[in-house]
Amino acid sequence: MATDIIIHDEKDNVGVVVIEKITPKQDCSCWVMENDKTVSIQSADEITLGHKIAMTDLNEGDTIIKYGHDIGKVVKSIKRGEHVHVHNVKTKKW
Amino acid sequence: MEIPKSFLGYKRENGRAGTRNHVIILPVDDISNACAEAVANNIKGTIALPHSYGRLQFGADLELHFRTMIGTAKNPNVAAAIIIGIEPKWTKRIVDEVAKTGKPVEGFSIEGAGDIETIMKASKKAQEFSMWASEKQRVECPISDLWISVKCGESDTTSGLASNPTVGNLMDKLEPLGVHLCFGETSELTGAETVCEKRGKTPEAQEKFKKTWNEYNDFILKEATDDLSESQPTAGNIAGGLTTIEEKAFGNFQKIGSRQFVDVLTPAEEPQKGPGLYFMDTSSAAAECVTLQAAGGFNIHLFPTGQGNIIGNPIEPVLKLTANPLTAVKMSEHIDCDVSKILSREMNLDQAGDELIKATIRAANGRLTCAEALGHREFVMTKLYRSA
Repeated sequence: MATDIIIHDEKDNVGVVVIEKITPKQDCSCWVMENDKTVSIQSADEITLGHKIAMTDLNEGDTIIKYGHDIGKVVKSIKRGEHVHVHNVKTKKW
Repeated sequence: MEIPKSFLGYKRENGRAGTRNHVIILPVDDISNACAEAVANNIKGTIALPHSYGRLQFGADLELHFRTMIGTAKNPNVAAAIIIGIEPKWTKRIVDEVAKTGKPVEGFSIEGAGDIETIMKASKKAQEFSMWASEKQRVECPISDLWISVKCGESDTTSGLASNPTVGNLMDKLEPLGVHLCFGETSELTGAETVCEKRGKTPEAQEKFKKTWNEYNDFILKEATDDLSESQPTAGNIAGGLTTIEEKAFGNFQKIGSRQFVDVLTPAEEPQKGPGLYFMDTSSAAAECVTLQAAGGFNIHLFPTGQGNIIGNPIEPVLKLTANPLTAVKMSEHIDCDVSKILSREMNLDQAGDELIKATIRAANGRLTCAEALGHREFVMTKLYRSA
């Protein structure tokens, strides 16, 4: 099965869409780069190339992990399969 | 793949090698641009490097201006240089430093002579330099004569996933061969600064990085009116899926592979500690960063892009790669190396790194990069604060 989503690190709670777009209720194949495993997820939103999908339910205040590192905080709760971006995540820096 | 051990470059008087053979007409200051451009227009095979500054600067800002001017003319991609300034003293300071490389360099000052007489005199010397340089031949140079700088731009998540790690793969393969490498972008390491600090090879290098980043962060906190969310990430980054500066920083950081940096350079400073990876304190604005790296002596630049940055530099060839399949197609005239097959897993990082090494050697041997063919010559001085 072709890869729809790539996840950098086993610890990451988001993945990146690597096809032109995924559509709601699409069953997607995710490749985890770190351990070469494949997992699957059903998308909840339309998500375009390069944008992130939540691999798990996330609450306000939770930390987004990508590359195995903290890349920001959740400011609006996110369900597994939903689009993760500036509308629900913010930097911890500024 | 067996990594090529050599490339065809221009050996210079001081032992460095150029990937290009430019004769530059360098104005010391903004008001000498017209003169420099007239000379470059008169004499074929020369290139003027107009810019916006050089008057009434002082302190560290003035020193950076000189370092950038001198470093640009000293770069081994420059065969010979004509320096034109309004006043003789600052012009001479640059000429004297550049002359230490052994390359032909001559200075002209406009005050008391006027543009037309200066243009005439400088044009005669430029003609001599251009015809002299035109006879230079490329010779086989060891791969260690490559000084490779890197900087990414218009990044998106494909940069962190694939094109930046491709550059990292190249670094991992070329560093053991004695190549000089340089990354910068102090602001775009924000969020990854502690992880980056640990990549310093020595406690001194780590301490220097920490101090450099902290100074930058203090400056941002002092000058910022709200936060940098409008500028970092940029609108282009956000369109490409990057959400926060931390995410951008960890993506950016992939460019150095598993390397450690031997030293931290001030802007436009030339490395002094031998081969290996250096961090240079630079802005993350593409043209400013590459201009500083070129002034530091780097002779070929690798530029991964996601959404499609188009930057070039007048003396240091800028080679672009992308892993974004849409950018690779829609902006193909800007892309020298397409590694988008990493995302579809038809290509792995090892293969992508090899492709990038091949493209780098071809460009070093003389193949024009896309940015050169399209005429991109962005020469942008970094200014630290307002003039007196």
